Amino acid sequence: MEINVIRGGMLTTVQDLGRPGHRSAGVPLGGPMDSFALRVANLLVGNAEDTAVLECTLLGPELVFSADTLIALGGAEFEGLAAWQPKVVTAGSRLKLGAARKGSRGYLAVAGGIDVPVVMGSRSTYVRAGFGGFQGRALRDGDVLPGVDVTRHLTNHWRIDPRILPGYAEAGTVRVVRGAQLEEFGGALFAAEFKILPQSDRMGIRLGGAKLTRIGGAAELVSAAVAPGSVQVPPDGQPIVLMADAQTLGGYPQAAHVISVDLPLMAQLRPGDRVKFAEVTLEQAQKLAYDREHVIALLHEGLAQKFR
Amino acid sequence: MTFSALGDTAVVVTLGSGIDEAVLPRVRALTTLLGANLPPGIVDVVPAYATVTVFYEPGRLGANRPRPYEQVCQFITECARHLDSEAKKKTATGGRTIGIPVSYGGEHGPDLTEVARHCGLSVTEVMALHAKADYLVHAIGFAPGFSYLGGLPAKLSTPRRSTPRVSVPAGSVGIGGAQTGVYPLSTPGGWQIIGRTPLAMFRPGDAEPALLRVGDKVKFRAITPEEFTRWK
Repeated sequence: MEINVIRGGMLTTVQDLGRPGHRSAGVPLGGPMDSFALRVANLLVGNAEDTAVLECTLLGPELVFSADTLIALGGAEFEGLAAWQPKVVTAGSRLKLGAARKGSRGYLAVAGGIDVPVVMGSRSTYVRAGFGGFQGRALRDGDVLPGVDVTRHLTNHWRIDPRILPGYAEAGTVRVVRGAQLEEFGGALFAAEFKILPQSDRMGIRLGGAKLTRIGGAAELVSAAVAPGSVQVPPDGQPIVLMADAQTLGGYPQAAHVISVDLPLMAQLRPGDRVKFAEVTLEQAQKLAYDREHVIALLHEGLAQKFR
Repeated sequence: MTFSALGDTAVVVTLGSGIDEAVLPRVRALTTLLGANLPPGIVDVVPAYATVTVFYEPGRLGANRPRPYEQVCQFITECARHLDSEAKKKTATGGRTIGIPVSYGGEHGPDLTEVARHCGLSVTEVMALHAKADYLVHAIGFAPGFSYLGGLPAKLSTPRRSTPRVSVPAGSVGIGGAQTGVYPLSTPGGWQIIGRTPLAMFRPGDAEPALLRVGDKVKFRAITPEEFTRWK
């Protein structure tokens, strides 16, 4: 099974759930910007939830499959394929994903996964360092991706109950827990409305529209660990929300951290979209994370019946 | 030893403050003790200067008491019982010394004149001071193989740029506050760039992909732009 790339799309990369365990060498976690969408797209085609998929950005790819298989798209809604439901594709058929209509990142899972080499425990592409995924880079026109032949019977008579999806449509507000330097910015983080800047990428989402000013002496901080979700504020006052390919250490003040279950909402915001932040406690954030795992576990069980 | 939360997925263990060579053996020791047997749900241990940060997956540690954050703090406390004896061992074992050639200034170091102006020194004095000092690797991070070096002469301390550059070339040698280091890859970065090395600081295919390890000693050596070009 091969997947022929007719058009690579704007930024299409192979991603699985990332490469934990290498942050001490400075290697980012990586993986999907929207991990919920990647995991669910995989479950929809009968894959393990950490199987490698294609992360498509704003303008999707055009692909030809060399064998019959099952595909599913999670996350953003793209022209050309309904999201959150599996589809049987036949040998030689062409899939053309157009522009993203809602959200910005779609996860195209293919039964069996994208069979690229494992680098440091993961198939995720880390474009900035040029390793992982397909030749360490985004897909280009003419690439041929190694897929996996599926021998089981292919059916697709189900779709996701939209009630289990994150509140993508209400993404105007994203929840955070406080950061170590929150007080130094007064209440400005929660009062302001920010705009997603076009310079945003897989490393960080850059925010404009309002500035955060540090009250009192702006002492230089010694670098320490940062995480996807950390809202760091450089001296120019324009916050950056660190995302999947975030650096492992940083030295800018941290106003807050987007909670795990809301990172997918952040990932789906588009340049020009507006966002506000609301504070929750660590305990609330971790309860929400647990509930999210529970939902995915139930979905896993339910779908396992169908693939039996 | 104090604990604090880094979002809902990590605990920061603080063992000291600032840039302090005396704290480094304790940082290395706690990293070793934690890494020896990570339980399921705890995924990464990241040492840096005076902190060790422990990453975990809150959704996989259960919803019952103790909460995920408290569970991880308990695990760290348990591992830290032998911290003092392990730190003594780390102090006794010295690191390697690695030489790094640097082409200072010009197109390789666009911020060298700004650093000189800020420090009230000539460009030549900045180069001489930077290359003369002995450095110690306090942390690897920010980007694959990026080493944070302690030992920058206080006279060379310069604040980060007010707006980070969107792209800094691989091999760039920078100053950020009281820290100095080498960018192993082309990444965005906020440090003042004073030069560039032709050495590869990170090779993902290698068994040990990062050129430097925490605890290594580093010496910079000035080379000409021509030597830089000939290096490859």
